[in-house]
Amino acid sequence: MTDGPAPLRIVPRRHPGRWVAAAAAILLLLALVRAFAQGAIRWDVVGQFLTAPAILAGLANTCVMTVAAMALGLALGVLFAVMALSPNPVLAWVARGYVWFFRGTPLLLQLLIWFNLALVFPRLGVPGVLDWRTVDVITPFMATLLGLGINQGAYTAEVVRAGIQSVDAGQVEAARSIGMTRLVLLRRVVLPQAMRVIIPPVGNEVVSMVKLTSVASVIQYAEVLHNAQTIYYANARVIELLMVAAFWYLAVVTVLNVGQSWLERAFAAGTRRAAKDEVRA
Amino acid sequence: MIRIDGLCKRFGALRALEDIHLHVAPGQVVCLIGPSGSGKSTLLRCINQLERPDAGQVWVGGELVGYRQAGRLLHPLPDAALARQRTRTAMVFQRFNLFAHRTALQNIIEGPVHVLGRDRRSATAEAMALLERVGLADKRDAYPATLSGGQQQRIAIARALAMRPQVMLFDEPTSALDPELVAEVLAVMRGVVADGLTMLVVTHELGFAREAADRVVFMDAGRIVEAGPPSQVLSHPTHPRTQGFIAAVLA
Repeated sequence: MTDGPAPLRIVPRRHPGRWVAAAAAILLLLALVRAFAQGAIRWDVVGQFLTAPAILAGLANTCVMTVAAMALGLALGVLFAVMALSPNPVLAWVARGYVWFFRGTPLLLQLLIWFNLALVFPRLGVPGVLDWRTVDVITPFMATLLGLGINQGAYTAEVVRAGIQSVDAGQVEAARSIGMTRLVLLRRVVLPQAMRVIIPPVGNEVVSMVKLTSVASVIQYAEVLHNAQTIYYANARVIELLMVAAFWYLAVVTVLNVGQSWLERAFAAGTRRAAKDEVRA
Repeated sequence: MIRIDGLCKRFGALRALEDIHLHVAPGQVVCLIGPSGSGKSTLLRCINQLERPDAGQVWVGGELVGYRQAGRLLHPLPDAALARQRTRTAMVFQRFNLFAHRTALQNIIEGPVHVLGRDRRSATAEAMALLERVGLADKRDAYPATLSGGQQQRIAIARALAMRPQVMLFDEPTSALDPELVAEVLAVMRGVVADGLTMLVVTHELGFAREAADRVVFMDAGRIVEAGPPSQVLSHPTHPRTQGFIAAVLA
């Protein structure tokens, strides 16, 4: 034993606020669960329709449309972002006009115009080569794909443009100094690094797109909400079927969140954050 | 190897370069010195057309840079032709400018594989030899963000050499480095001098200029004030502006 005073000891900091917040949140949640449990909802009906064939088919259509419209939106977004930054003034103005038009009108209105295209042009095609009846080409699927995809492209173009402009100008000069053409340096140097900036907002837009597909129910595209409505028109279980649709939207979005954080890590190569992750792993 | 005739460049009202004439023979090392804003870097960047001059011409290896001559008319070259001309003049930057999303090795093989179209295996072997030479073979898989400034600049020099250029352009390669890292970069540059490459070096390292340069060019306010062997320009400058600059740097 030494005669000196006992060594000083650090006591973990207390967090009473956290306990209060947790208690309040749990109470609120319990109250909500109780209210819905006693409300006029037949939860057995919800469970029964959760995996009904029409609902699952609608879910599949929702997923297919999300992927297809997002792919079209990304392709158009990259194309028009590159055009907007092109030294060619004509291309830059065309890109600006595209963004102006499709961001400037409501999506629902665009969907209705695509769906009713046959009123303007009864037939589509190249004179003397191809000729179709417009109603055969612009099905609910095509009208939805064109409406959602082209509208999305206008927003994605702005995200991609910001991403491209975030890439260090010095690296662009280095790429030019070793003889890269504009296209090669875009593909090899700029876009891979712009992805890091582009992915979080685009992930956000994919999540929006999942839910935006529900707007297509007004033009008869058989996505999950449309099919839920068709069922409740017949059996009058309105809230039960809306709960079924809500469940599936949440499920899809939850899966997408996991995918997004995985993608963000994959494109973070060479950043300081990635270096820290490597040290920790 | 390099011929510059009557080069002029303005940025708005600023006259960055005024009527520059300069000849560099093959294998010569020329150091450009002078105060900040004197046009040294702009001159370098006109040689590989990162800047387009307002007047005057640059020839590299006998080929007019940036234009196609038809009689008395000069037609600006399209992007692809400019890119091809740039493969013969490699550049090392003050801020290194390594590709941040690629490892040291990937940075070096990027140009040989994706610009010159060499096959990946031989480019990798050559890149490893270059990494060995700049003393960073163990850093082949390191990303630039994890390397010191001196290490990044040595890799940037390796990336430039991997293009097998006819001319190396150095734009203040040691100005962004901590004083103790300057020596390792200068050592690598001395190795490049020993190879006999034609070099244009913008630098404030008068010691390096004295020992490595065949010719030192002093610039001020966009003009070449004085040029000659280092023993003359650095030790016995004749122009008062040169005398003042060298006295200030050595003080």
